[in-house]
Amino acid sequence: MKAIPVIAGGLVVMLVLFPLITVWRWAETGSSFSPADWAALRFTVIQSVLSAGVSCVLAIPVARALARRSFWGRSVVITLLGAPFILPVIVAVMGLLAVFGQNGILNTMLAAIGAPSVSIYGLSGVLLAHVFFNMPLVTRMILQGWVAIPSERLRLAESLGLRGWARFRVLEWPMLYNILPSAFGIVFVICLSSFAVALTLGGGPRATTLELAIYQAFRFDFDLGKAAALAMVQLALAGGTAMITVFAAGKDPFAKGLDSAFSATTLAHDGRIIDGVAITLAIIFLGMPFVMIVGHGGGAIFDLPSSVWWAAGRSIAIAVGSTVLCLVFALALARRWGEVIGSAGIAISPLVLGSGLFLMIRPITNPFDWALVITMVMNATLSLPFVLRILRPQAESIRAEYQHLARTIGLGPMAWVRWVLIPRLRRPIGFAAGLTAALSMGDLGVIVLFGTSDHATLPLKLYQLMGSYRMDQASAAAVLLLTLSLGAFWICEYWGRKDA
Amino acid sequence: MLSFESVKMGFDGFDLSVADMALDPNIYAVLGPSGAGKSTFLSVIAGFLRLKSGFIRWNTTDMTKSSPADRPVGMVFQDHNLFPHLTLYRNLALALTHRRRITDDQDRAIRSAMDRVGLGGLETRKPAAISGGQQSRAALARVLLQNRPITILDEPFAALGPALKNEMLDLVSELAHERGNTVLMVTHDPNDARRIAPKSILVADHMVHPPVETKDLLSSPPPSFAEYLGQVPNS
Amino acid sequence: MKHLTLAAGLLMATSVVAQTPVLSVYAPDYFTSEWGPGPSIEAAFEETCACDLQFSPGDLLPRLMLEGPSTDADIVIGLNTDITKKARSTGLFAPHGQNNADLDLPIAWTDDVFLPFDWSYVSFIYDATRVTTPLKSFEDLTILPDDQKIVIQDPRSSISGLALVLWVKAVYGDKAADFWARLAPHILTVTKGWSEAYGLFTDGEAAVVVSFNTSPAYHIVAEGDATKKAAIFDEGHYAYFELVAKVAGTDQPELVDQFMAFVMSDAFQSLIPMTNWSYPAAQPVSDWPEAFAALPAPSKAVFHDENTAAALRDVAIEEWRSVLSQ
Repeated sequence: MKAIPVIAGGLVVMLVLFPLITVWRWAETGSSFSPADWAALRFTVIQSVLSAGVSCVLAIPVARALARRSFWGRSVVITLLGAPFILPVIVAVMGLLAVFGQNGILNTMLAAIGAPSVSIYGLSGVLLAHVFFNMPLVTRMILQGWVAIPSERLRLAESLGLRGWARFRVLEWPMLYNILPSAFGIVFVICLSSFAVALTLGGGPRATTLELAIYQAFRFDFDLGKAAALAMVQLALAGGTAMITVFAAGKDPFAKGLDSAFSATTLAHDGRIIDGVAITLAIIFLGMPFVMIVGHGGGAIFDLPSSVWWAAGRSIAIAVGSTVLCLVFALALARRWGEVIGSAGIAISPLVLGSGLFLMIRPITNPFDWALVITMVMNATLSLPFVLRILRPQAESIRAEYQHLARTIGLGPMAWVRWVLIPRLRRPIGFAAGLTAALSMGDLGVIVLFGTSDHATLPLKLYQLMGSYRMDQASAAAVLLLTLSLGAFWICEYWGRKDA
Repeated sequence: MLSFESVKMGFDGFDLSVADMALDPNIYAVLGPSGAGKSTFLSVIAGFLRLKSGFIRWNTTDMTKSSPADRPVGMVFQDHNLFPHLTLYRNLALALTHRRRITDDQDRAIRSAMDRVGLGGLETRKPAAISGGQQSRAALARVLLQNRPITILDEPFAALGPALKNEMLDLVSELAHERGNTVLMVTHDPNDARRIAPKSILVADHMVHPPVETKDLLSSPPPSFAEYLGQVPNS
Repeated sequence: MKHLTLAAGLLMATSVVAQTPVLSVYAPDYFTSEWGPGPSIEAAFEETCACDLQFSPGDLLPRLMLEGPSTDADIVIGLNTDITKKARSTGLFAPHGQNNADLDLPIAWTDDVFLPFDWSYVSFIYDATRVTTPLKSFEDLTILPDDQKIVIQDPRSSISGLALVLWVKAVYGDKAADFWARLAPHILTVTKGWSEAYGLFTDGEAAVVVSFNTSPAYHIVAEGDATKKAAIFDEGHYAYFELVAKVAGTDQPELVDQFMAFVMSDAFQSLIPMTNWSYPAAQPVSDWPEAFAALPAPSKAVFHDENTAAALRDVAIEEWRSVLSQ
């Protein structure tokens, strides 16, 4: 029973480190870091810190409002909080620009009342996008913390007549203090490897991230040594942060699926207006981009050529494969050291990982024949940190509770997974699978390097449409991609929630 | 015959030695102060803990290195005896097979074990839908199905009310006599021992002592145990 | 590692015993997509060659360099002049064997390895419904009103972005930094690639985008929309060529030569304008489709040969970066 996690751990380490080392060795020497690279490093860290900070600060009032108000549609709102995070980046940027862009509804409204227009390009645009993706995630984490405050403690505070600031300090701050560092860490790491977003909304070379520097070193300078070196800096930053949060996080607020039935608490009777404003603003901010994307491209979706639908089918297949693979690894690695190892994938540059795999596979067989498989493996590796974060805490407590029983009745590893682990972990597995499937669906990733026309995926088709001036069809393909990503997420989640 | 030879175990700075002894089929209460190592002793028999040294034998077979499932031991835990997501029927079936399909023979065995412990008709219930007493019965049914000559119970009925507990103790006793099993039961209640266990094993002072008559142990306990029982040691 | 690669290469070579010879062509993704020229070129060539032309799309140069001499490619199509120096230095390419005099280009072509198959001028494309005064020079860009922004591509990740930086360098020389400083307030954003920038333009985010002077042809032909116009600058325009080359280690030398000749033929050249939305490289203007012949074109071509381009590249990019980073 011990051997399986060790083998899985070894495989993941190999999957992450071997490609990096292969690239490094192939390159022999890379050129040293230029001032531009240092600027990229600086900007990457600054925007990640700010993105994480703003996401956390904004998430507090929204989570607080959702925790203590019950209103019609509340559970729908909470479910939809999962949507921005899994939205393919290119689709999200389209939606954000339709709302906040020069020509977006915000500026149209400002113009109507004669106010000067606002431009989001620059650091603010990067932050806007990152907050859009990650604020809902943090909201969910805090929300769970809020709901988990024991009712005895609430009653105690009530009977002591604690109000306002005093109640915040006694009841809410300790919970936030527990959850926020871990939430901050997660968002920080996610934003570290952000690439496409930072570029389109960043407004210029000021907003260059490490990932772009890697891309440049790889594609333009073909300086693989430098690409690998930059990738290692990024990995070290992210890996270090990830490990700190793994070890620092006491209780894991990320543990439960999106599905947990939150019960409204009687935390407060005042603050109705603030809560109403927080929830309304959050719904508008998070919902409008979706409305705009669907409104823009939804009509043309059934006019898309059949090749786009085939590509969609291929993307679904990749998503299924990646999800199964990722879950197999995650179930084997769902323990503390496993999570540390699994975190290695969190910020490895897909380009470097892809070229490494390419160099490793090429002596054996033609990598292009295996493009889809490689894509699946890479998606699984890149999703693994999130999935472990979700599964690990519950998997460990299941193991603690039932392993003796399992051993006396002689359940082998396979029987354990089948009869105990999967049924007991159903909800978090559903959530994690949904996340992986949706992220894999929207991932363009290394398919660009390994792309073959027979194997184009939906995101690649989207880029091809854009690359051949067919922007309207690209919008329709974006709606299709959005539908598939959210659909995949919803189906997996539903499986997790449905009773066996 | 369950025999111990120079058994020593230790983990996290906690040491426990087992006196050399051989246990005939009978019911033994395992008694001793809290934290003395009663559960540890059972874990060693069940195979959850490794020994530092020594041997444990069943008749002539050395089981020191065997895995829990390969030992002639069935165990009832304090809690987590049943998987909460599975029906009682499936929970019991897992003691016989890990396949989904259940043969007619297995089905008969499961149903008769459930009837024997008084759970007939509750096959499709999940653990959460039955009472605490019924959960204990289900755990005993599982041990019955495993059909092992040694049964160990780790404070199995601590959560039950007095009447229910006595009912369960009597059931354990009946089953043990029906099958001629060797039963070891950890309990913190001397009355449990008096009710069903002719002999008791004292665990105290880092030592598992050889079995003695239960009534003798309880009437003249050694000092460390007496303190636990709340008796003034008779000097 | 080298030995393994070699052994694998040999194994692969010996296993190729199919009756129909296969011509493996590496091309960029946009080229081989169903909306690019790839499919019709494949069909047209296969009619004459009794072979199987197989496109293998992806990043050209990185992939070739990773594969080295054991590459499966016979032909590489879709390279451009800004990376030929690096491509040449790999030693993977053989002379193209065609007569450069048959080309019909705004500059004299002397390269005997890389053969242009299409071309266009890098240009700023603007929305004529918003930008009502035609843009006549770089300086006109710097006086655009605030609601008419420009979107450009990052020269570090995009070929058209790099071409723009080299173009500015050619026009402004030492004063390039000064020009970027004056242009900076008018730049809406810098995108990773051409597609993102052009998407922002067609969505109305930006009024001006860096693209090619042949881009309006798509809107005219496919959409009947004549409002997307190329600004023609008096300073001249950077000429942008797409290139095809023979891989020296090909196992199909005859087929490769046949393909290179096909590239120069009318059959190939006539396919280019309406599928790749650019000028054919070996056809006189009189043979071009109406919409292309009618496109406004600059009177002067600006072009850096690969050595000049390579020498200027790092300086020009760093100049661009440091000015726009402020």
